[in-house]
This record gives sequence, C-alpha cells and structure tokens, in this order.
Amino acid sequence: MSVIAWSSSFSPIAGLDLESELRQQLDCAADTGTERRLGLAPPGDVDAALRLNGIGKRYGTREVLSDFNMQIERGSFVAIVGRSGCGKSTLLRLLAGLERADAGTLQTVGRDGDLHTRIMFQDARLLPWKSVLQNVMLGLPRRPAAQSLARARAVLDEVGLSERANDWPAQLSGGQRQRVALARALVHQPELLLLDEPLGALDALTRIEMHALIERLWREHGFTAVLVTHDVHEAVALGDRVVLIEAGRIALDQAVTLARPRTRDTAAFAALEGRVLQRVLHGEASGQGTN
Amino acid sequence: MSFKQVLKQRLAPCLLPLFILLVWELSTRSGRLSSHVLPEPLAVVRAAWQLIQSGEMWADVKVSGARALAGLVVGGGLGLVLGLATGLFKPLEIALDSTIQMIRNIPVLATIPLVILWFGIDESAKLFLVALGVFFPMYINTYHGIREVDRGLIEMARSYGLSGWALYRDVILPGALPSILVGLRFGLGLMWVTLIVAETISAQSGIGYMTMNAREFLQTDIVLVGILLYALLGKVADVLAKSLEHVLLRWHPAYQQGAKA
Repeated sequence: MSVIAWSSSFSPIAGLDLESELRQQLDCAADTGTERRLGLAPPGDVDAALRLNGIGKRYGTREVLSDFNMQIERGSFVAIVGRSGCGKSTLLRLLAGLERADAGTLQTVGRDGDLHTRIMFQDARLLPWKSVLQNVMLGLPRRPAAQSLARARAVLDEVGLSERANDWPAQLSGGQRQRVALARALVHQPELLLLDEPLGALDALTRIEMHALIERLWREHGFTAVLVTHDVHEAVALGDRVVLIEAGRIALDQAVTLARPRTRDTAAFAALEGRVLQRVLHGEASGQGTN
Repeated sequence: MSFKQVLKQRLAPCLLPLFILLVWELSTRSGRLSSHVLPEPLAVVRAAWQLIQSGEMWADVKVSGARALAGLVVGGGLGLVLGLATGLFKPLEIALDSTIQMIRNIPVLATIPLVILWFGIDESAKLFLVALGVFFPMYINTYHGIREVDRGLIEMARSYGLSGWALYRDVILPGALPSILVGLRFGLGLMWVTLIVAETISAQSGIGYMTMNAREFLQTDIVLVGILLYALLGKVADVLAKSLEHVLLRWHPAYQQGAKA
C-alpha cells in the first residue's frame, strides 16, 4: 500500500544550499540500487505527511544527522532500523518536536493545518500517581469530563485493558504498561504516531502480541506510523518500508510488500529480513557503495 | 497464622521490655535503687494518673502541642514554599539556595544564646527555634524532590500538551511528593527535639515546665512522666505522618499490598 519516496532533488523549501543539494544528487546517482527504485518519484506525487529536507543535527561536535532527506507518505508504516547511535532516535525526537534541527527543513502536512503527532517512548512513561484511566486521559480537555472519560474508556478497551482502568501503573506488567501508553497516544487521535523502540524491553511473546495490536490499531485508525527499532524482524513484520540509517544517513530504503497480516515463517519474509540484516551487519561491503 | 506463630511474632518482642520493667520494679522495692534516681514503675503510673485526673497533664500537653504545631506550620510552611520556589525557578535557586545550604550547617541548638538575646525567653523564642528546626529538612527535601522529578515524565507530559499549572499539578508536584513527605517526617522529629530543649531552658507552662518544676522538688516520677509524654507525642506525630504517606502515596509500589499483576 505504500509508495516510497526517497527524494533528494526537489526544490528546496528553505535554506538548502546549493552545495549540499549537489552532493546529494551525486549520492543518489552513485546509489541507484534496487532499494531506491522509487527514488525518482517527483515530490508532488506523494501525499506526504512529512518532508525532511537537508536535516542536520549535531550535539557539540558530534554530527548525528547530516543532510538527511526523507518523505513519509500519509497513512504508511515506516520502520527505521540501525545500530545504536546511528541517529534513528534523534530523527524520531526531531519528528516529535522534542529537538530542533540545526539545518534543513522539516515540513509537516496535516489534514487541516498542523500534523497531530503523538509519541510512544521506550519506557512507557506512565505517571505512577495516576490510575491507568487517568493516565490515558492525560492532556484531554477536562471539560466536558464525561466525554473525555468515555473516549479514554473506549481506547482502553481497544488495547484490551478496560478491567485495569482503576489500577496503578505499578501494578501492571511491562507489556500492559506499553499498551496503556499506546492507548494514551491513540486517545488523541493522532495523524502521526511515533514509536521510539516501545517494545525493546518486552519479552519475545509479549512483543509478538504487541506487533499484532499495533498493526491492528494502525489499520483501524489509519494514522501514519514511524517506528524506530533495532530489531530487523520487528521492522519487517510491521513496516511498509524499512529504512536503515547509518552514520546519520539513509543507507537502505526497502519496500516491504508482504501481505498483511504478515506470517513470519514464509520464505519471502525470511529473505527480506536476511537481506536487511546483512546490510545492517556488514554495511557497505555487501550492499552497494553509498559514497 | 497458627497460635504458635502469633506467640512468636507478637509476644516475643515484648519479653525483654517486660523483663526490664520487672527487674526495675523489684530493685526499687527492695531499696537497691533509690527512688531519687529512678522511681518504681508503678509510682510513675500513679503520678501519670494523678496528673491526668487533676487536668494538669492535658493542659501541659495542649500548650506543648500548640507550640509544636505553630513551629511546624511556620517553619514547615516556609520550607515548603521556599523549596518549591527554588526548585521550580532557576533565578531563585541561584539567588537563594547556596545561602540556605550554608545556613543549614549551623546546628539549630547552637543558636540558642542568640535566640535568647533576640527574643528573651518567652513564646516567640520557642516558636523561632522550632520553626528553624523544621524549616531545613522541609526545604531541602522539597527542593531535591522537585529537582529529582523524572525528566522523562516531564518531557512526555509536555509532548502531550501539558504546560504551566497543569504540568505542576499533574507531574511535578506529585513527583516531588515522596521527598516532601520524607522532609515532613524529618521535620517532625526535629520539631520535638527543639521543642524539648526550648521548653527546658525556660517555660511557664507545657511539658518542659512540668518536668523542670518536678526536678526542683525531686519528683522523679513526674520527670519520667514528662519524658514518656514526649516519647508518646513523638510517636503519635510519626504515626500521623506515616498514615499521611499511606494515603498520599498509595500509588507508590512500596505502599501497595498484594503481588504485582
């Protein structure tokens, strides 16, 4: 269902200098691998919720992201993988507005103006002094209270935790906490949901359950999802598109066209997972040069 | 729980105190222990009963309790307000915190000569000492409680649209509450210590007055009643603070009964 748009050549929206633009085009030219098969799509063709142009981010002297370009199609599920410290979490924090980019432009296109964005963190970050239900209601308008309450209960029911509404977060298991965090994000009906390794700390079985839940809710609610993970299996299971980031740049942009819901024991799944994993582990040696 | 276990858990800890009381009673009765040093336990009970019946005890407890409470409200309130202010506002922290941290190293009781010079020996001196004693633990724990609130939770709340008062009410203050309550319990402990000292220096009423008066007349039984009263009041304050924690921190894993789900 996704159209991949890896575009570096469309007109700069603001402050993109000629030099970096040129360099990018060279990159792209040197990098016409199969993964970039849709790289030539003109920018206007895609209903993009997010457009990143020449994004740069540095902490002190360390450059985390440099000249980063990406488009994310509305309603698609993009999985971002990469080794620790490759800049994937920084990218997500930029998208969430928790950090500011040092260079480039980040354009968000909402259906009516602002792109309504919510983030789910690696740790659930539930307020321990609020009940599960109150946590889900965080940030909802206090009046009319009945309406907010009804919405929170409905979403809590969607993640299967309506019986735990009055429990404290400390009484929940790790997976249940992440489900509450998911409900808390969804109650705001976001157009863009950012997932920052939300399943990293969960056991394998809970993780598979969470995959199914996230996928189901994504299909039902129709939001755009960006998942950062270091688990290639998870990325292939969930993403329409798996984007590998290396040293602050996109090293691979792989479409995943497997039918949903995905069965993980097919040869196609394994082949795709193996390919991305190879690329993550061996970098440019097995893939094509990225300059 | 079987009867044997009840016996072990409830009664065993009482054996030593009962034994000490018995030895004490016997040694004062036999005359080995002079009643000027320690009166027999029964005499202490009798003295306490008389004080209760005459209404003296209640009057003294009321006076001492009122002093303690006033000091707690003034000192604790100031500590709380200043701790919140320095914890929340950077400019105030820069302006005030290092000064307060410096002053806090002065033992409260070391200021007594100065306090007597300033306030004389009347009520305001006692209020000042108690308030000073309660102020520092309250201030420090409030300040640290606010500084130690999980940054991740604040970041989450901001990204969920909370700001201003809502952020304080829903995230920062509840996050600082465990630490603030620790400050309160420390403050309550120091409240009684400073009050006892302040009342012992000079008082025309209160438990301290009662014991110092009794000392003049060698009424060791009443002195002991006074000491036990202080212990009892201290315990009551601690129990109250603890139950406050149980109510306010019922979300906290440490206060939850039953196993995790």
